[in-house]
Amino acid sequence: MVPVQILLGTHSLSTRKRRIGGGAAVLAAALAVGVGIPATAGAATGSVDLVAYSTPKPAFAALIAAFNATTAGKSVTFSQSFGPSGAQATAVVNGLPSDVLNFSLAPDMNKLVKAGIVSSKWSATPTEGMVTNSIVSFVVRKGNPKHITNWASLVKSGVQVITPNPFSSGSAKWNLMAAYGAQLNQGKTKAQATAYLTNLLKHTVAQPSSASTALQTFVSGEGDVLLDYEDDALYAQKKGEAVTIITPPQTILIQNPIAVSLKAVNPSAAKAFEAYLLSPAGQKIWGQQGYRPVLPKVAAQFKFPKPTTLFTIDSLGGWTKVNTVFFTPTTGVVATIEQGLGVSTASS
Amino acid sequence: MSPPPVAEAQRLSISTATLAGAGASPRRRRRSVGRVVGPGLAVTYLSLLVVLPLAALVGKAFSGGWGSFWSAVSAPEAVAALKLTLLSSLAVAAFNGVAGLVIAWVLVRDEFRGKALINAVIDLPFALPTIVAGLTLLTLYGPNSPFHLNVGNAKWGILFALAFVTLPFSVRSVQPVLAELDRETEEAAASLGASSGRVLWRIILPGLAPAMLAGAGLAFARAVGEYGSVVLISGNVPFKTEVASSWIFSLSQSDELGAAAAVSVVLVLVALLVLLGIGLLRRRFDIPESV
Repeated sequence: MVPVQILLGTHSLSTRKRRIGGGAAVLAAALAVGVGIPATAGAATGSVDLVAYSTPKPAFAALIAAFNATTAGKSVTFSQSFGPSGAQATAVVNGLPSDVLNFSLAPDMNKLVKAGIVSSKWSATPTEGMVTNSIVSFVVRKGNPKHITNWASLVKSGVQVITPNPFSSGSAKWNLMAAYGAQLNQGKTKAQATAYLTNLLKHTVAQPSSASTALQTFVSGEGDVLLDYEDDALYAQKKGEAVTIITPPQTILIQNPIAVSLKAVNPSAAKAFEAYLLSPAGQKIWGQQGYRPVLPKVAAQFKFPKPTTLFTIDSLGGWTKVNTVFFTPTTGVVATIEQGLGVSTASS
Repeated sequence: MSPPPVAEAQRLSISTATLAGAGASPRRRRRSVGRVVGPGLAVTYLSLLVVLPLAALVGKAFSGGWGSFWSAVSAPEAVAALKLTLLSSLAVAAFNGVAGLVIAWVLVRDEFRGKALINAVIDLPFALPTIVAGLTLLTLYGPNSPFHLNVGNAKWGILFALAFVTLPFSVRSVQPVLAELDRETEEAAASLGASSGRVLWRIILPGLAPAMLAGAGLAFARAVGEYGSVVLISGNVPFKTEVASSWIFSLSQSDELGAAAAVSVVLVLVALLVLLGIGLLRRRFDIPESV
């Protein structure tokens, strides 16, 4: 018995050794590959990790192609990641490699300031840290069968509205603040504006998780009006969806921030790309893709509809304040409205 | 009937034990090494994939203390979403339990053209990305439905989507057991004058019950956490059609990770209780584990 046990012992030991040896080889190989990528990336080719929110994906395809055609950008390659703005910011905080960052709204950029990935002075640029503008528009069925013209017509009886869920979608926050600010800009009180939000949410039949799922839901036949980014609506129209875009008389100016990561692996290429996105040539491509350029001279070349009143998030107190007051889950103004509506549907 | 797996495992372990005691031979040694390394690997793997992430989740849920855990799971949105999710999942698991049995029955006992194809199609809900499943369901059974069947923006839509994604569990857990079921007992019962209903109730169902329960348990656990297929067709309106997974996503997007973890813990706990309950039920009726 004893010799057998010894034999078994040595046998299992050698097996284990071999396993460890194998593991070490795999690990070494993985390290070699891992080290290999940045090593080659730092050389002639130069790779930039772009992390952005979901809607500008087609715009970036055009912009990267144009950037690669310039002398500054001809040898730069890109690794691109698109997704919901908030989710992308969270992913970067948790280690997603990033050189150039583009989000739907400023609070997502501020998440990265907190994490030490973006400079606290990111908005101290000639365009205040923004790379594109847009507005909140109404998307309706082709020919506007329900005669939607302004905010009041969204809450007429029988009108069904779609706007994404404000707790998961940056787009929905822009939409609801456009609705709220539009009331204030028509001389209503804050209480009246909140009452309008309640009425609007009462007419809301679907709150998809993001702007893109909201568009899919609308295109599949749900609802009469979709509140959407103007650029996203223009893109849908370009793709041939049977929709009409209505510009509300009062609406909010959407401002999308950009920054280069403090931890960029390839800062010179990243900065060159950011500079191109903000250059007249880059801004013109943004404009062709449905975004409102942030450079006034370039914006003047495009004929974007002019709402009677265009207000900013800063006129409503800025994102930090608005986020806390309106969009804190379970206690914010919007959560309180939803709770009231939920109770009334439960009792009716 | 093949011997139940537990008995089979016991027989094997007894034989290896006797062999190991008997003397040296390469075959014996390999088996013994396997017995040492096997459980170690299994436990390590299980820890990495299941135990550690779940422990981290629970840790996150209670990171703000018991008070913030309670306020997260008792928030009106959370209660409404959890209630909707658990009731829908229960209804779908029960309904698919029966529907799965019928489908498995047809696939095992009947012969028809195209059977192999249908047999392969059953598993497709697993392969389809759930968001695609949601889009497809919305196109077919939404406002533009070619069949004029609109379940969009309604609780029915949730049941539809959950039934779709959980069907493979219900069919696949019953199918092999049904195929192994001893038909001679049925024939004997029938020849002794038992009606077909009586044969089903006294002979077939008792044999299938554990498999059906296991299938229902899996379907329930899957339905409780389902997100992609549900959000598009449900309309995702808080207090009406917002499921728990969607509320959790919203919380995570609003930087309320502790609250998101807390609501997730409730879902996991309920799923665990249901799976444990099913295990208990099987033991109580002295039903051997078959799946």
